[in-house]
Amino acid sequence: MILEMNNIKKSFAELGVLKDISISVDKGEVVSIIGPSGSGKSTLLRCATFLETIDSGEIKYMETSAAWTGEDGTARYLPTAELRRVKSWYGLVFQQFNLFPHYTVMKNVVDAPINVQKRPKQEVIEEGKALLDKMGLADKADAYPCQLSGGQQQRVAIARALAMNPEILFFDEPTSALDPELTGEVLKVIRQLADEKMTMVIVTHEMAFARAVSDRVIFMDGGVIVEQGDPEQVLGAPAEERTKQFLRNYQR
Amino acid sequence: MNFSSLFSQLMAGFGNTLLVFCLTLVFSLPLGLLVCFGRMSKFKPLRWLMQLLISILRGTPLMLQIIVVFFGPYYLFNMHLSGSYRVSAVLISFSINYAAYLAEIYRSGIQSIPKGQYEAAEALGYSKSQTFFKIILPQMIKRVVPPVTNEVITLVKDTSLAFVISYTEMFTTAKQIAAAETTVVPLFVAGVFYYIFNAVVAWGMARIEKGLAYYN
Repeated sequence: MILEMNNIKKSFAELGVLKDISISVDKGEVVSIIGPSGSGKSTLLRCATFLETIDSGEIKYMETSAAWTGEDGTARYLPTAELRRVKSWYGLVFQQFNLFPHYTVMKNVVDAPINVQKRPKQEVIEEGKALLDKMGLADKADAYPCQLSGGQQQRVAIARALAMNPEILFFDEPTSALDPELTGEVLKVIRQLADEKMTMVIVTHEMAFARAVSDRVIFMDGGVIVEQGDPEQVLGAPAEERTKQFLRNYQR
Repeated sequence: MNFSSLFSQLMAGFGNTLLVFCLTLVFSLPLGLLVCFGRMSKFKPLRWLMQLLISILRGTPLMLQIIVVFFGPYYLFNMHLSGSYRVSAVLISFSINYAAYLAEIYRSGIQSIPKGQYEAAEALGYSKSQTFFKIILPQMIKRVVPPVTNEVITLVKDTSLAFVISYTEMFTTAKQIAAAETTVVPLFVAGVFYYIFNAVVAWGMARIEKGLAYYN
């Protein structure tokens, strides 16, 4: 297992957002999480990436416990230095890209591998070039993010996450901030990564995409997993009434 | 009155004005950042202390602060300081006063950086200090250049307040000559000096702003 989250509970000001959620992701697996807004899917992703702290439960990466419930019932986390090692195992792609505006495209991609992972500069730059090439952005290496379209920025963000050589990649609604005609180019590179057996967890509203690319689809609502399984089954022939209702609303 | 002698006397005073201006910037620009850190600290006593400090420094006249810094050591602690303390007193009072204003400008700059920048840095494993110095600070500097320009221009004119402890900067010199010769010409010429100085400062700051315009 690359990622295991067990019995995760999280609430914001008494409002339960995640109610005892457990998921696990295997190597090479592509998992899509769908659900209405406020269902807790983004929060789950933010808890997995330690941008939010859980109230209780267990988070394990590569069989290493990064967070667990202490004897008093509240969550414990690994000390900063060890947690940093765990953090180097995953990458995160944001809805709003969050590129560093004062860095060129290339520096956005190579800065963390060089200054955080302390890898040799020349090697990282070569790898950065290859990644940008793969994203179809070879000619944009010296551009600044503000000179790029949203779709291009998101592809840079994906390259930036991949440059860290993560074991697993998280996507938080990667196309929700894009114009409809730009979503295709981003979905294409994610699909390409899926073909290469990159382990990925994708929070998305793109149902057709989720169906095509995922090994497993998780439908969340009200802070719980309502239904999960094969994409054809969950999206094509859902068992739960709530899932049917959601998909019906979606098609309108 | 001899115009060239007036000019050379004002130039001598202008040298001191320039000294106060430059050294105040050298000290207050980084000091402001430290005050800003204290003001934004999670450690409440430090935060409150800095809030109080900023409130006093912004809430009382700079002229009064110069007087307190200059005469305070003698009247409060009976310390006898040499005459060279005059310029130190000017620099101390100006630096802490400007640091207080700059701290609040920096704070607004830091708080205007989107949360996503911190989150992206965290997800990439940057340490707290790397995140600040590599990601946040450069973007903050770009955002605060226009309000800092305002402060720098105000500082050019505020240097004239040093006359209150008879520090011989340009305005003090101009006033002395004006009184001795019973004419307002020196004051007028000093005004022209300030104006030209500020035009140069504004031009320089505009260059900096332009230099940082390569990204949004």
